[in-house]
Formats: sequence, structure tokens, C-alpha cells
Amino acid sequence: MKKTLFDKVWDKHVVQQIDHGPDVLFIDRHMVHEVTSPVAFLGLKNRNIKVMSPERTFATADHNTPTINQHLPVKDPLSAKQLAALEENAKKYGISYWGLGHEKNGIVHVVGPEYGITLPGATIVCGDSHTSTHGAFGAIAFGIGTSEVEMVLSTQCILQPKPKKMRINIKGELQKGVTPKDVALFIISKLTTSGATGHFVEYAGDVFANMSMEGRMTVCNLSIEMGARGGMIAPDEKTFDYIRGREFTPKDGEWDKAMNYWQDLYTEEGAIFDKEFFFDGIEIEPMITFGTNPGMGIGISDEIPTAENVEGGNATYQKSLNYMGYNEGETMIGKEIDFVFLGSCTNGRIEDFRAFTEIVKGKKKADNVTAWLVPGSHKVEKAIKEEGLLDILKESGFELREPGCSACLAMNDDKVPIGKYAVSTSNRNFEGRQGPGSRTLLASPIMAAAAAVTGKVTDPRTLII
Amino acid sequence: MAYDKFYILKSTAVPLPIENVDTDQIIPARFLKATERVGFGDNLFRDWRFNSDNSPKDEFILNNPNYNGKILVSGKNFGSGSSREHAAWAIYDYGFRCVVSSFFADIFKNNCLNIGVLPVKVSDIFLEKIFSSIKENPTRTLTIDLPKQIISIDSTDDLEQFEINPYKKGNMLNGYDDIDYLLKIKENIKIFSKHTPL
Ligand code: SF4
Repeated sequence: MKKTLFDKVWDKHVVQQIDHGPDVLFIDRHMVHEVTSPVAFLGLKNRNIKVMSPERTFATADHNTPTINQHLPVKDPLSAKQLAALEENAKKYGISYWGLGHEKNGIVHVVGPEYGITLPGATIVCGDSHTSTHGAFGAIAFGIGTSEVEMVLSTQCILQPKPKKMRINIKGELQKGVTPKDVALFIISKLTTSGATGHFVEYAGDVFANMSMEGRMTVCNLSIEMGARGGMIAPDEKTFDYIRGREFTPKDGEWDKAMNYWQDLYTEEGAIFDKEFFFDGIEIEPMITFGTNPGMGIGISDEIPTAENVEGGNATYQKSLNYMGYNEGETMIGKEIDFVFLGSCTNGRIEDFRAFTEIVKGKKKADNVTAWLVPGSHKVEKAIKEEGLLDILKESGFELREPGCSACLAMNDDKVPIGKYAVSTSNRNFEGRQGPGSRTLLASPIMAAAAAVTGKVTDPRTLII
Repeated sequence: MAYDKFYILKSTAVPLPIENVDTDQIIPARFLKATERVGFGDNLFRDWRFNSDNSPKDEFILNNPNYNGKILVSGKNFGSGSSREHAAWAIYDYGFRCVVSSFFADIFKNNCLNIGVLPVKVSDIFLEKIFSSIKENPTRTLTIDLPKQIISIDSTDDLEQFEINPYKKGNMLNGYDDIDYLLKIKENIKIFSKHTPL
């Protein structure tokens, strides 16, 4: 039988199959952060076992860290305790640890690719659902729960039934002002938040082939928002160029050996998927969400759909619109906003800051807007400064914060207040996601930039010269 | 972590007829700062259950004295969003041992099975039947028979077969977890790891 990209990587990692049960899947890289790991480490302690492969395990602090004054002790005692627990556990078990203030610190899904931890054909897990980001390199990468974190720490394996396979094909070209984020929000709006549940997705077609590695990461990152276990894109020259020479990338002879494996990572002609979708890039507009899940997105010039035109219960739909303070049939353009958040593992990389800066250049931040610009890592932060973006941003009235997850999940102090609207480049617009009572509009970095300088929802295409 | 065995559960149920309940609602991020697995039940559905001054919201189902029990029944696509296992812990810790819905998000389902909460997937029609029968009579019990894989609405003829992976079923019946299994094959894993490409 013809194999898909996913089959090839999965099959290579099956240690054994359990009769009528899941596969025992070997994990090449395990990323660990402070929030979902402490109970897993406690489990190891209670069972009196060690971490099986500390050299395959990487720890960073990101979810619960402040984004100002990182050089000072963390004020919130619970956060401080959680961070200290990760540091202690990393030391105790011999795991590399990039804590607060470390030059390699940043959001787990941003630093993985930056340092070559993320590789094509690898199996990668982390106790965070957006682990799917790493699929951009042709890796099988997915989020796991804390019990599974404990499994991987103790045995470097996880028990998983092999998911079904889905392919999403988008041919053609994207219009001006349409970014990878819009492509992802478009797909989720078509498939709904449960449309890919039980499946692993492969993205194929010109639109993804022409996308930068950073754009591919944004798309794969959002796979989870349609319920998929993960998403992946076959590695190509762009992928190999990106990873070559990074700190943890294989070198010399090891590189050649790995290349032998990587060259074969593509879906064979005639391979069968359980589900397949086809779209044309031309259909996609800049997208924005109006509701309380990432599937509730529309093109910027569309109207908020009426209940009879959406899948699912009317009651749930109305609850969502009420929460947002919106009505059926309204357009999003011109809606007042209060906050702008540029950052997260979805859109916190250097390209995102370049795109944002390009739009705000020569304009001023609107007075009614509080803007949080949070780089995904120190490496991104450094690039923002070195490329001169920071000067332009400052000139326009913006400041830069220090790296972390920040307002993506609002575990630290970066919380959007009750009832306020935030245009966010992150990935979730659930009720209260960005702070109790907060209202989130998910959008691309350029849509966020347009909102930041106009103080309301604005079609970014009107600001592109 | 080992958990209580699951065999046959007969209990009243709490209805939550909302779709796409995500794990941020089940347990908001600000309650994820613990370093031990204690006290999560107190914050289950925190922002739906309590006002910002911590007074209970009377209209929320968990604050309705007529409804209680070990079974939570919810609308389609329960547990979407964040992979936080804390959501499953909160459900367990609150006292639920089973969640019934017509559709579950993957990671949440795995998390439940790993900690001893049984996710029971039923048809949309059967889900509606459960909602209407417990709405009509909050003391109505449901029976979840794991060995036979049957869920029934007691004192009616309504029942439905549900699916569960046989390996996971064995774990639930015996209170085992996956680590017990994996540790037994650790030598095989070590040998395997020597031949992986990366
Ligand atoms: S930025 Fe948001 S989605 Fe990404 S790892 Fe952090 S909390 Fe998770």
C-alpha cells in the first residue's frame, strides 16, 4: 500500500503494537514547561524512577512568566513556586533547562525550531496542545496530558492508537494581505472546531509549498483548533535550509545520514486519506473571529452569520454572541477595540513582527488601544532590535515586552479586563481565555496592526501601500 | 497514578446541554499554578459557577440543588482546546467518574482514560433522550455498565452500546495505567532507541 508522509514517520517509531490496543510510539524529542510537568515529576518520584533519556528532553519556562522585569524575582508566589519546581526537577534529572533570563528562553514552540531541536521525521511531544507547530518541519508533533508527560519522562514512549489521516489541499496563490494565519482561520471556519478530531492532517498544495517556514509553523500550530491531533507539511529545500547549522541539528556525517531519511518524507502518489479537502487560495480573505471558538471566523468583509447558517445548537451560538456583545448580520469592520496582542507560539516570530511593523510604520498607536507586543523568544527579541524594528515601533508609540506566552493564556499579569475587546494574534478566543470576562478577536499580525493604529477593526488591505 | 477501578456505575446525572465546552471553561488557566494534584474540583467550571466576588451563580447547573451525581452529561465536542489534564482532574476531583457526550475532543478523552474518568460517547439522539429524561426527573439514574459497554436510562427501555478501546477498557476495569505497562517493556524500548534515525 502507498504510504503517506504521516505513515512513514509513524511506522518508523512504533516499538511494538498491542493487540487490539494502541501502538507503543517512541518519542525523539520531549519539550517540557512549568505548568504541565510538576505532577508528572512527582509521579516519577513516587515510583522511584529516573528520566529515561534526559538528552532527548528540553525544559523551558514560558506559560507562567512575567513579560516585564524578568530580572527581578517573580512576584506571584504560586508562579514562583512552579518555576522553581521546574528548575529543581531539571537539575535533579539532568535535563537542559532554559529558565527565565536564559538567553535561549522563550515559548517552547518557538525555541524548539530556533535551536534545531525540531527536525523532520521526528516524533515530538509536549504537554501543550500547540505542539502541532513542529509539524511544519515534517515531524509528527502533538500535545499530551500530564499522565503522558510522565510516560515519556519515564519510558520515552507513549501509547497511542494510530490516528486517521486527512489531507487539506490548497492550490493557487493568496491575495494581497492574506497571511498564513488567515489561511488557518479560513480552514477552521470551514471544518469547525471538531472537523478534524481523530485525524492527523497533512497540508499540501502550492499555498503551503510557497509559504515560509514561519508561515508553515503558524498553520500547523492551529491544526489543534479544528480538533486534529496535529498537522504536518512535507519537508523540502526550504525546510533543510532552515534547520542546517542550528545548535541541535545533526552535523557532518550525522547530517548526511539524516538527509537519507528526510529525502524520503513525502506522501506517495496514490496514497489514501480517510478524508480530503480541496480549496483555492483565491477564496481566502483576511480573517477575523467574532465568537468564542476559533471556528467562528469570517472574512473581514463578511457579515456575522445568522444562527440557521451555522452548524450546532442555536442556544450555544446565541450564548457565544451574547458573550461577545455582537449580533447576527453585523459586520466586524469598525467595531471598537481596547487591546492588541501581538505574540504567542502562533504569531510571535520575527516575520510576524516585521509584518506588524510594516503596517504601523509612520503611523501612531491609537489612544484608546493598549498594545502588548510580546516576542516569542529572546532570539526573536534580539532580531527585533537588530533589524531596527524596535526603533520604528517606538516611533509609533509601541513598546516591546519580554518573551513568554503572556496574554495568550493570561496566567501571568497580562490579562485583558472584563468586557474589553482584544484583537489577538494568538490561537484561542474562548470565554475568559485572555482574562476573566475578556473578549478576543483572533486575527493576523497585520490585522492586529491595523486595529492598533486605527483603534477599531480595520481591513488591513486598506493600509497596505 | 493509579485510580479506583471502574465496573458498573449507577448514578443520577448533571446535565450541561452546551456544545464545544472547552477546557478553559472546565478549569481556567489561572488555576493551573499548583505543583501537586489537589483542590482542582473547587475550581471546576469556575467562571460559569461563580461571580467575580466568589458568590455562586444560581443559574448554573452545578449550583442547582436538584442535580447531582457521578455522571456529567454534556453537549457535543466536550473538552476541546487546551491539553491541560487539570480539566480531567477537576472533573474527577469534583466527584464525577463518567462524562457522557455525543463527541469528545481527542486529548481530553485520552486524559480522562488515563486518570480514571470514563468518557462515554453516545449518539446525538440518545444524548437528547438523556437530557429530556433527566430534565423531567432529576432523580432519574443512568447505569454505565463498562464490562458490557452499555449505557442505559434506568426505569426506561432506552439503552445504547458504547465503544472503548479493549486495552483501555482493561485498564479501567483493573485500575492500571499505561506507565505500568510501559515499564514492563523498558528493555525493548532501550534496544529500539539505539536504532532510531534521530
Ligand atoms: S503561547 Fe499560548 S498556545 Fe502557545 S504555548 Fe504558550 S500558552 Fe500555549
